[in-house]
Amino acid sequence: MAATTSHTTFNVQDIRKDFPILSRQVNGQPLIYFDNAATSQTPQAVIDAIVDYYSNYNANIHRGVHALSQEATDAYEEARIKIQKHFNAAKAHEIILTSGTTHAINLIANGYSALLQKGDEILVSALEHHSNIVPWQMLCERTGAILKVIPMTQSGELDMDAFAKAISTNLKLVFVNHVSNALGTVNPIEHIIAEAHNVGAAVVIDGAQATPHIKPDVQALGADFYVASAHKICGPTGVGILYGKEALLEKLPPYQGGGEMIDQVTFEKTTYAGLPHKFEAGTPNICGGIATGVGLDYMNAIGFDVIAAYEEELLQYATEKLLKIEGLKIYGESSKKTAVISFNVGSIHPYDIGTILDKLGIAVRTGHHCAQPIMDYFKIPGTVRASFSFYNTKEEIDTFVKGVERAVMMLS
Amino acid sequence: MAAIKEIQEEIIDEFSMFDDWMQRYEYMIDLGKSLPLIDEQYKTDDYIIKGCQSKVWVHADMEDGTIHFTADSDAIITKGIIAILIRAFSGQAPQDIIDADTAFIDEIGLKEHLSPTRANGLVSMIKQLKLYAIAYQTQLN
Repeated sequence: MAATTSHTTFNVQDIRKDFPILSRQVNGQPLIYFDNAATSQTPQAVIDAIVDYYSNYNANIHRGVHALSQEATDAYEEARIKIQKHFNAAKAHEIILTSGTTHAINLIANGYSALLQKGDEILVSALEHHSNIVPWQMLCERTGAILKVIPMTQSGELDMDAFAKAISTNLKLVFVNHVSNALGTVNPIEHIIAEAHNVGAAVVIDGAQATPHIKPDVQALGADFYVASAHKICGPTGVGILYGKEALLEKLPPYQGGGEMIDQVTFEKTTYAGLPHKFEAGTPNICGGIATGVGLDYMNAIGFDVIAAYEEELLQYATEKLLKIEGLKIYGESSKKTAVISFNVGSIHPYDIGTILDKLGIAVRTGHHCAQPIMDYFKIPGTVRASFSFYNTKEEIDTFVKGVERAVMMLS
Repeated sequence: MAAIKEIQEEIIDEFSMFDDWMQRYEYMIDLGKSLPLIDEQYKTDDYIIKGCQSKVWVHADMEDGTIHFTADSDAIITKGIIAILIRAFSGQAPQDIIDADTAFIDEIGLKEHLSPTRANGLVSMIKQLKLYAIAYQTQLN
């Protein structure tokens, strides 16, 4: 199995050598990848793990008696344990592997159809990815529950006074992201969880944007559910992580029917398998699951404290440099944010800036970042979003800032 | 009015004077400024081209058997792209617009905008202009 790289002292140039894609060129320029909030790049160790799986032990898991199946099963379950340890879940079977964060959220929302009643309330933050709002809207349509929103403030933070007022005994579920994808704001989830628990409501945390920067301890947080995507934490696409407290996962009905999720089937009655298999119908993304574990090993070998400190340095550096550009406005000014800068310059359309930056080999995200309610709030069509990772450098930020200046010159 | 093909050749000639992408983009941005602007009353969702990250509105009128386009966009580069298309298509007979080839976009170095999955679909714009031409052609038939 592929070994993970160990970095005793943090040297970004060494780290960069672990990522083959970082040495490529785009439009004749060295690639500067600042779209890390959309997906992270993949270290060689993870690529090797994927090749190793298909080269040496590709087999279906959990049901074969043969050697390959046993090896694949062991590797897959070992990955689950790595994920459990990473998130500090109490039990390995509290970790469900899904196809992504969206799938994980739908699994929970679908399960709650059986548990909610008319008049129950669901509270969702205004800082959500809009795809995340839809499953809860659908849940409300099915059950007659009421969807309420925790509003945001001008600085891009949740309005905690409004949150306090929205707490009532009708509240059954709260859904909030640990970190906002559009703005990078770190939300006070400990406080939100504690307040929600006071009225007996369960809390679902979307950790997709937090997990690349923060190692969450689900037990210390007290989260009832915590979901994330492997492809943002150096893993492959197509794998989501769903943590749920055992007691709650036991209460939720299965999401999809199929192989693996059953215990006994007769035409009269089927009994379901226990956790985690109840929620993992069909052949899972075996290779992806294994590679997810390797991605976490890679990041943990560097250390999340080291990653967070370095990314904070990049964020400060880039913020300072960007703000020197006349007319540049940063959206999301919370003092607690991850290495994400969402901005516009004057009235220049973010798409125009993104197009020029692309010609310079710089990858940023432009648009509404699937957070239309946030853009509506600021009355803008979207922003340019630069998001940094631990393999980015200050030199790249210098080139990027020059690129923005050049774009502004061309476009104004 | 010169034929579509001739106008396209003219545009290719103009763009061939530039050595690098920056000059081409600057020229395109300039062309955007000469875009025949759409009347404000048509800047509604009915005239918007879907599938673009920036907003693009297009309107078409027919006069004496030829179509005249007006448009606008909230993004400057997009405005330049639609201006180039309109320059090639405006003042032409519907059938000529329907039959027109759009490979010249590739030749002026804007190939990257031709991808159907591109957030600011040049492809959607071409389709919309041709749809107008088809609609007017049915009136003529």
